[in-house]
Amino acid sequence: MSKKVAFLQGNEAAAQGALYAGCNFFAGYPITPSTEVSEVLSAELPKIGGKFLQMEDEIAAMAAILGASLAGAKVLTSTSGPGLSLKQELIGYGCIAEIPCVVYNVMRGGPSTGMPTGPSQSDVMCAKWGTHGDHPAICLVPASVQETYEEVIRAFNLAEKYRTPVMVMPDEIVAHMRERIVFPEPGEIAITPRKSPTVPPEQYKPYDTSFGDVPPLASFGSGYKFHVTGLNKMQDGFPTTKADIVQAEEERQVRKVDANIDDIVTFEDYLLEDADVVVVAYGSTSRSARYAVNVAREQGIKAGMFRIKTFWPFPDKQIKALAGKVKGIVIPEMNLGMCSLELERCAQGKVPVLGIFRVDGEPINPDQILEKIKEVK
Amino acid sequence: MAFDYDKWIRPGKLPHIWCPGCGHGIVMKGLIRAMDSLNLKKEETAVVSGIGCASRLPGYIDCCTLHTAHGRAAAFATGVKMAKPEMNVILVGGDGDGTAIGGNHFIHACRRNINMTYIIMNNYIYGMTGGQFSPCTPTGHKASTTPYGNPDPGFDIAKLAIGAGATFVARGTAFHANQIDKLIAEAIQHKGFSVVEILDDCPTTYGRRNKFKSVIEMMNRLKEVAVPVKAAEKMTAEQLQGKVLTGVLYKDDTKPEYTAEYAKVIERAKAAK
Repeated sequence: MSKKVAFLQGNEAAAQGALYAGCNFFAGYPITPSTEVSEVLSAELPKIGGKFLQMEDEIAAMAAILGASLAGAKVLTSTSGPGLSLKQELIGYGCIAEIPCVVYNVMRGGPSTGMPTGPSQSDVMCAKWGTHGDHPAICLVPASVQETYEEVIRAFNLAEKYRTPVMVMPDEIVAHMRERIVFPEPGEIAITPRKSPTVPPEQYKPYDTSFGDVPPLASFGSGYKFHVTGLNKMQDGFPTTKADIVQAEEERQVRKVDANIDDIVTFEDYLLEDADVVVVAYGSTSRSARYAVNVAREQGIKAGMFRIKTFWPFPDKQIKALAGKVKGIVIPEMNLGMCSLELERCAQGKVPVLGIFRVDGEPINPDQILEKIKEVK
Repeated sequence: MAFDYDKWIRPGKLPHIWCPGCGHGIVMKGLIRAMDSLNLKKEETAVVSGIGCASRLPGYIDCCTLHTAHGRAAAFATGVKMAKPEMNVILVGGDGDGTAIGGNHFIHACRRNINMTYIIMNNYIYGMTGGQFSPCTPTGHKASTTPYGNPDPGFDIAKLAIGAGATFVARGTAFHANQIDKLIAEAIQHKGFSVVEILDDCPTTYGRRNKFKSVIEMMNRLKEVAVPVKAAEKMTAEQLQGKVLTGVLYKDDTKPEYTAEYAKVIERAKAAK
């Protein structure tokens, strides 16, 4: 039997991916350029008995998905730049209270209202550093419609596996372009279920580390009574200011991701085997980079591409290894040098990091990248 | 026999954080009596709050409890209720949390008429942060950030709730302790968004700045200003000057309730499939 095929926009694919992953609750607020996710899910979720809420603001949408997740739902919200800024406090709440949820953020020009219909990649730092305090961060940056679909599914799986908010952040080009998409069969992509408690309700503690760094999460209304707070908490969920407990809990929350980087980080190697120059790219920019690398190869330059698929946690290990092998790193990105900073950190001064930074709402074209590739001596 | 509060209080979580003379404990006991009178199942009841002194209440109650971020109780609770409409969802919090930073969520929960009960403990001040003026601090009164008297006019929470579309609105006071459980119980039984404002006191950060010599004086003031709605019907506008109506102020059983309306959306969507 041939697989189902469609011609979809990135945002539409994201909504379909969420449904495949078992999403049954969405709350959002209208914002360009991510509104299509809301529109599709407002039609599709009720058909399966799911809930679609258009809330009064971005903060409320984030709050509603966290509340629904605690009541056992698989939850998604979608937004863009200004909305991501507004949601930040509650993304932190999701991190400290360890509530699985997926935040789909389409990157548009910023800061503030910026360029609502223009593409950008300037929210990547906001995904890690946007909310205050130390916390885990997982952020996926798809580069095609198919990948947006698949990465939304993976985001749901990671959110459940690590009991933490996960972000999927396509740039506006990926979110709005239309491409052919091949849908997986039901069951073809594994769906990670929530780790539920095995102990009886009277023994349940929502942050019981005897079950490992990711403790089982019960649902409200399932026979379990427990307390959830945004304060630093003990294993039973109640607040504490005891220094040793706060330190241990904070470290565990971050360790959930840091100790599992190899499980989370994904990337694509393209012609890197013998490369002298590596173009590091992500999102739609990687499409121009691939073209530029191909042209460079035709011209006899040993160029390759390292495509970041998981922006956070950052692929430190892979970049450090590359920095020891190549003569230079080229980083095209639609911001004024964000990924570039991470690359410089990983390159540790061993090789130059040459940036191509655009914030004018125009995509970075292959010629610009090719020119920069040629600057590497 | 004296009422047994212990069966609703989480073991080991007392003493509470509230100052001597604070009325929040009176409200908590009223809530417990109300839940008990309705035989609510603890596992099927969520108590949700924001941030502030009053918002610490859920930690003491042996139910599913959610202490959210400042002002966001109604939005979190909406998520809980929509995901599990069969649960009883009760919101608690203070005046600053509910009507300033949480004001938007408050009015929209009223507008949706979603079947939850919101208990607002109005002590006219931000107590936890040390007594800054709130949207409910009376004009002219002193707070740590209005040393020359408060220039802001205050909200009437009940009118705000009615105007925004809540379908059950009641007001009580911390002095009239025996009325609190009855108001809350009636609110919980109401099918729709119900708001119970309890006029409360904060001797520590409000009373001492506004020439209240004692907690008793603050409580006596609540006693003096409160006029039951029935009694008010027989009073002139002049007599009602400076008074506050208490009891069930508004009730509408005709407006559709939100979770029921959403169930219809699901039916329509499934029929259209």
